Amino acid sequence: MKKLGKIYLALVLLFLYVPIFVLIVFSFNESKSSSVFSGFTLDWYKRLFNNRIIISSLVNTIIIAVAASIISTILGTLAAIGINSMKRVPRTVIMNVTNMPIINPEIVTGVSLMLLFSFFAARMTLEFGFVTLLIAHITFDVPYVILSVMPKFRQMDPHLYEAAQDLGCSPFRAFRKVVLPEIMPGVVSGFLMSFTYSLDDFVISYFTTGSTSQTLPITIYSMTRRKVSPEINALSTLIFLVVVIVLLVKNLLESKAAKKRLSGGSC
Amino acid sequence: MKLKYFSAPYLVWMIVFILVPLLMIAYFAFTTDGGDFTIRNVSDVGQYANIFVRSIWLSLIATAICLVIAYPVAFILSRMDKHKQGTMLMIVMLPMWMNFLLRTYAWMTLLGNNGIINNMLGAVGLGPVRMINTSGAVVLGMVYNYLPFMILPLYSVMVKIDKSLLEAASDLGCSSASTLFRVVVPLTMPGITSGITMVFVPAISTFIISRMLGGGSNLLIGDLIEMQFLGNAYNPHLGAAISLVLMVIILVIMTVMNQFDPDDQVLI
Repeated sequence: MKKLGKIYLALVLLFLYVPIFVLIVFSFNESKSSSVFSGFTLDWYKRLFNNRIIISSLVNTIIIAVAASIISTILGTLAAIGINSMKRVPRTVIMNVTNMPIINPEIVTGVSLMLLFSFFAARMTLEFGFVTLLIAHITFDVPYVILSVMPKFRQMDPHLYEAAQDLGCSPFRAFRKVVLPEIMPGVVSGFLMSFTYSLDDFVISYFTTGSTSQTLPITIYSMTRRKVSPEINALSTLIFLVVVIVLLVKNLLESKAAKKRLSGGSC
Repeated sequence: MKLKYFSAPYLVWMIVFILVPLLMIAYFAFTTDGGDFTIRNVSDVGQYANIFVRSIWLSLIATAICLVIAYPVAFILSRMDKHKQGTMLMIVMLPMWMNFLLRTYAWMTLLGNNGIINNMLGAVGLGPVRMINTSGAVVLGMVYNYLPFMILPLYSVMVKIDKSLLEAASDLGCSSASTLFRVVVPLTMPGITSGITMVFVPAISTFIISRMLGGGSNLLIGDLIEMQFLGNAYNPHLGAAISLVLMVIILVIMTVMNQFDPDDQVLI
């Protein structure tokens, strides 16, 4: 049974990784073909680094993803704390509205924000670009933070917080030492989800961006529309590398933190 | 200070950027360019019934495939040694960190008529098989892109299931199949419903996957909406009406889904 599970997992991983590895291999291909490997070259990487549009849209993407995910994590965690202590009716109403950007297709969120921004653009000095993109990203990120933090409250025994105070913790300290560690996995996964969604988002950005602020996915989209170019493969390879490094570092830090937690910690 | 006031900044944000824009969609759907009330836009949506049927069908298939593939993956992950779990989860989720256009682009080059798969088939005397620009390619693209969105919520529910609960079930005479269907599945229902939501919604509304892998012959609802707002067929009123109908379809499906959520049922 255990062996079967491993084989199954390996097959799924193969399905997930083979397309990416093919992209990587062909980023070093001499010819433009994406099926016949004719020789090794680094030309596509050189071209990539000389492509000003790609570099500037990459910078834009990172700025927006970082800003949007940090703001959403703060906004969303505070919201979750607040919503959790509300009475049933307002809580249900707010959660239903919060669910909307998730239940709604991205394209509907994108289109609805486009309508709102057009309304303001026609009447005030709002331009489609960085500001509209950032607002849009925060709007679709926050619900994911709230939804990943809220269940942590439900799984937590509410008496823990009271017990900590009975044992001499101040409310703030009890919150920091008892509640926060309980909801932290939710906060972290909410942040990571926001960040990935922001980096990955094409659809909503596509409807809310202007000519002044392109994100990387939008640039990639226009590249794939025009012609198949190995520059995209080179870009994929670099993104993949960065992702691997980031996740490895994160994993290492987490296991270190886990060891630390085992060796100590008090109220 | 009361805890509930913590949510005030978000509430303002929610009203301005979630509620108001959605109301604007409703407003656009029921008005003409001049601002007069009309139901013409909504009734015009009926002309595109075939596109709606195709979108619902393809995304349902993709969601079902995702669930079938992801459920065992999440279960295997959740039963691994604790220290291995983190690493393994990271490996499974890593492709999600790649941009989704790149992942779709990867399949474009794989499935192409001169792509690697057809080259390999040709080497053993088969093919070429037409894979790109088919509805099968669209479903494949959906499964590939959204599979991690199914694995993650399932895993996060399964990891909470105590091992002793499964042992108790088998001690009390449950076969592995009945343990699965009477213990694991009911306990993971919240994960299943949220996984289905997270796969079905982007799948039914996508316009990239259909455009890159489906060619021109596999238009989905997303393509239709995009064409009304940014394409040649510029008509935001019709686009809003289509969006409204799409929202209703998804609401209906989600309401059906919620019937399976055991939140307010008594667990045996």
